[in-house]
Amino acid sequence: MRRAALALLLAPLIALAAAAQPQSGFELMAPETQAMQRDDTANPGMLWVQEGEALWQQSGCAGCHGDAAASMRGAAARYPVYDEARAGPIDLAGRINQCRVERQGAPALALEGEPLLALGSFVAHQSRGLPVAPPADPRLAPARAQGEALFRERRGQLNLSCAQCHDDNAGRRLAGSPIPQGHPNGYPLYRLEWQGMGSLQRRLRNCMAGVRSEPFAYGAPEYIAIETFLMSRAAGLLLETPAVRP
Amino acid sequence: MPRAGTAPSRRTCLARWPWVLLLLAGGAAAQEDSLPSLTGTPGDAVRGRAIVTTRQRGLCLLCHSGPFPEERFQGDLAPGLAGAGSRLSEGQLRLRLVDGRRLNPQTIMPSYYRSEGLHQVGPAWQGRTILTAEEIEDVVAFLLTLRD
Ligand code: HEC
Ligand code: HEC
Ligand code: HEC
Repeated sequence: MRRAALALLLAPLIALAAAAQPQSGFELMAPETQAMQRDDTANPGMLWVQEGEALWQQSGCAGCHGDAAASMRGAAARYPVYDEARAGPIDLAGRINQCRVERQGAPALALEGEPLLALGSFVAHQSRGLPVAPPADPRLAPARAQGEALFRERRGQLNLSCAQCHDDNAGRRLAGSPIPQGHPNGYPLYRLEWQGMGSLQRRLRNCMAGVRSEPFAYGAPEYIAIETFLMSRAAGLLLETPAVRP
Repeated sequence: MPRAGTAPSRRTCLARWPWVLLLLAGGAAAQEDSLPSLTGTPGDAVRGRAIVTTRQRGLCLLCHSGPFPEERFQGDLAPGLAGAGSRLSEGQLRLRLVDGRRLNPQTIMPSYYRSEGLHQVGPAWQGRTILTAEEIEDVVAFLLTLRD
């Protein structure tokens, strides 16, 4: 009797905890696509990781950072972090370019260009399997709040917010595609539709264009704010870089 | 005598109220639950079907499913369109297409004939409605053929 009553009492709590647990987009993919991501010899994203490893050696990153497996482990799980110089959040691609420009006197790599995607994939790959762990830095709070506001704001000719798809309708089908919760834990990733590697910003631009709204320019602070919010929303999910998505 | 003087007027007052309410409710419903033709010309159901089933034009099957066996990919974010023509009148269907937000401000269904009150609309779409008045009439004509 007492046990049954306790179970009744706890059931809603357990259900709540389960609902609050974020789910990776990986879980909604077809078994073939999941198998492609799991197998490093079949995962096309590994080509970018290998290219990134070569660049790490050739372009002087190793000179300061040494073995990335040690020095870069966990970095991607924390980003965006607060950057004093910017007096705001900086994403991983921004940090890599900061090293190039300020520490190496080299030109910044083009956003979404292959070299930066390769280096970004190689660095993020060092955190594969680690949980998303956004820093509890109060200086990030304004960006996180801005990101959340952007996530909830309706936009475009179709007048839809990110939240209307990724919170309210996650798991349902938009035409043929299941709507994922919209987590940033696999980037840069290989998307079959792109037949190539892309950053989180490229993905966000796709979603913005999908509702017929004008995407922000690559590197815009709005994307970094959204990423800061998405990372806090995804806390605990394991990093998958390089993930594969349909 | 003051009591005798007030009683009849209160009675007439009460007796009138249901009429007033009915008129108000009827008026509001007539305004809010249906819309007259946008063009004055009946739409073409064949063209309407093409709009509904073409992903980039109607977008309907992103969210809805319907009796379209040739369409492999249909959505499940909204009630099915089968039987829409039996459930709703012509004017009710039109209102739901033109601006469903008037019935449910939270709806995810886009307003197909409204271009104001939107944010960050892409340049290609600015100032334009999703469908034209003629296209709305075509879709309404087609939906009316979807009977149970
Ligand atoms: C001259 C030395 C130097 C070189 C060369 C260099 N970096 Fe850095 N890098 C640093 C320093 C110092 C930091 C720490 C900055 C800080 O924490 O504010 C850093 C930080 C980073 C971080 C953030 C790590 C973390 O845990 O937050 C990344 C990622 C990174 N560098 C990538 C690169 C890449 C990729 C290259 C090659 C293109 C590179 N760096 C070249 C000195 C260098
Ligand atoms: C109309 C519904 C819809 C809206 C609105 C929408 N998305 Fe998406 N989003 C999707 C779908 C569907 C996918 C998955 C596409 C696929 O993989 O084929 C997706 C994918 C994503 C992903 C990738 C998840 C992963 O596992 O890699 C992220 C992140 C994301 N969306 C964020 C956003 C943000 C931020 C916004 C608002 C700016 C937004 N989306 C607006 C439908 C939507
Ligand atoms: C982004 C998703 C979405 C799109 C696109 C969409 N709808 Fe809807 N529609 C809905 C939802 C959700 C409802 C339920 C009513 C509500 O939300 O208020 C609905 C309701 C309806 C209704 C009323 C159904 C009933 O039985 O009461 C009709 C008719 C309808 N839609 C037709 C269409 C047509 C035709 C198109 C394309 C021209 C379309 N919809 C596009 C989401 C959508």
